[in-house]
This record gives sequence, structure tokens and C-alpha cells, in this order.
Amino acid sequence: MSLANVFNIAGSGMSAQNTRLNTVASNIANAETVSSSIDQTYRARHPVFATTFEQASGAGQSLFEDQGQAGQGVQVKGIVEDQSELQARYEPSHPAANKDGYVYYPNVNVVQEMADMISASRSFQTNAELMNTAKTMMQKVLTLGQ
Amino acid sequence: MSINFDKALGIHQQAMNFRAQRAEVLANNITNADTPNYKARDLDFSSVLAAEAQKQNSGNFALNRTNGRHIEAEGLSGADEALKYRIPTQPSIDQNTVDAQMEQSNYAQNALDFQASFTLLNSKFKGLVSALRGE
Repeated sequence: MSLANVFNIAGSGMSAQNTRLNTVASNIANAETVSSSIDQTYRARHPVFATTFEQASGAGQSLFEDQGQAGQGVQVKGIVEDQSELQARYEPSHPAANKDGYVYYPNVNVVQEMADMISASRSFQTNAELMNTAKTMMQKVLTLGQ
Repeated sequence: MSINFDKALGIHQQAMNFRAQRAEVLANNITNADTPNYKARDLDFSSVLAAEAQKQNSGNFALNRTNGRHIEAEGLSGADEALKYRIPTQPSIDQNTVDAQMEQSNYAQNALDFQASFTLLNSKFKGLVSALRGE
């Protein structure tokens, strides 16, 4: 029954938004993590979303499945590091300063991360609401003939 | 004369099936609201209805049953043609065409239509039951 698929779809969405919230938390937590070299400095991380399509039909699939092209939810393809430039600040008194007196700050844009956090949390709520509505619909069907 | 459920229940069972499938498509749109390059889709009720009506008018010509053990292929066979892409209202930089608010309202409306179809189907069953009881 295709209504049951809504649970899988909304569940995949909640999982993906959860990953997004995790990366936001990681980025904000490390916004001030300084380092003395460019290579070791923390870089902002962002998840890459992609639509999941139905796999080649397994044993549990319907014989007349015709919704395969519509997509079956969302998945996190991977997490990429932001390659934009790091901030080099001249702080000779800093313990982590290199020999020229510079420390490197991560390329985390805290304002952007906060906006991303709100967007992710709203999307999570929407997915939870989708699941709730599908649950109501299914419960209604169970009362058929009563 | 035996009771034919297909004739007794009318279009409502197919309508509920359509609503359930549309709920899936719309849920997928909303879930992919943040996916780059995702194109929003929707099922077109009128084209599904037209396909169903054509199937009813011209009989079951879709699949030829030459053996008594063949399964009758029913359901929304015309759903593939009816599954269309939504025309975006405004372009987005990541090529995503989902308008989350619009999809949410469509999903809510679809859930209401589902309940309406369910109510009609339920009253059909109630009518059958009262006919059987002869009250």
C-alpha cells in the first residue's frame, strides 16, 4: 500500500534533516577553533542531499508497481567541506600563532549556520507532520465498515 | 445474482487508491524540498480519471487473460502518464522546483479528499449492510 511509503519517505527526510542539524551544530561549535596551519584548520561542513529512487524490485515489491519514477525519499549523498578561504588573523600573543604571528580561523559563517539550523528544524517538523497526517489517513481506513 | 463489489462501490475505491498514491508523490516533494536539482511532481487527477473511464468503457482490454489462473491487473495503470512535472512559480539557484508551502497545502487538501472518498466508500458499505439485513 502506497500510504505506508509516506512513512518511509518522511522518515528518510527526518533522518536527512537530522544529519544537516548535526553538521550545523558541529560548524557552530567549531566556529572559533583556531589552528596554526591551514591544513589543520576546521572547515565548514555541509551535507549534500539527493533523491532516492526505488531499487530494482525486490521480493517485497508490488507486482504492478508504477510509482518507481516518483522517488522514494531523500538521502545524504555525502558531507563536503567548504573550500572557501580561511580567515588568517594576526594575533602574535595567541598560543597557537605560527612563526609569523598568524592564527587561522575556520570559514564558518555563524549567521548562515543559524539560518540553516532554522531551515533544517522547520523541514524536520514538516516531515513529522507528513507522517502524522499519513497516520491519521491510515487509521481512518482501519475503521472501514464500522 | 451475486453482489459485484466493483459495481456496488463505484469509483470510490479507485479514488482512494489515487489519493494514497498522490499523498506519496506529494510527501516525496516536501521531503526533497532541500535537494538540489529535484523537480517537483504531481499526479493529475483528470488524466487518471480519463484513463479509468476509458478502461471502463472499452472493457478490460489492457491485459488479455488467456488462463483462468492469470491475475486480473487492476488499479491505476494510467498513473505513469499522469505523473507530471510541476511548472515552477519562481526559479531557484539550486534548480529545485519545490514550493514547500504549495506542496503542504496540496498535501492537506489531498488528505481531506481522501477522507471524503473514505466517507463515500464507507456509506456504500453501510448501504450494502442495511440491504443485506433488510431493515
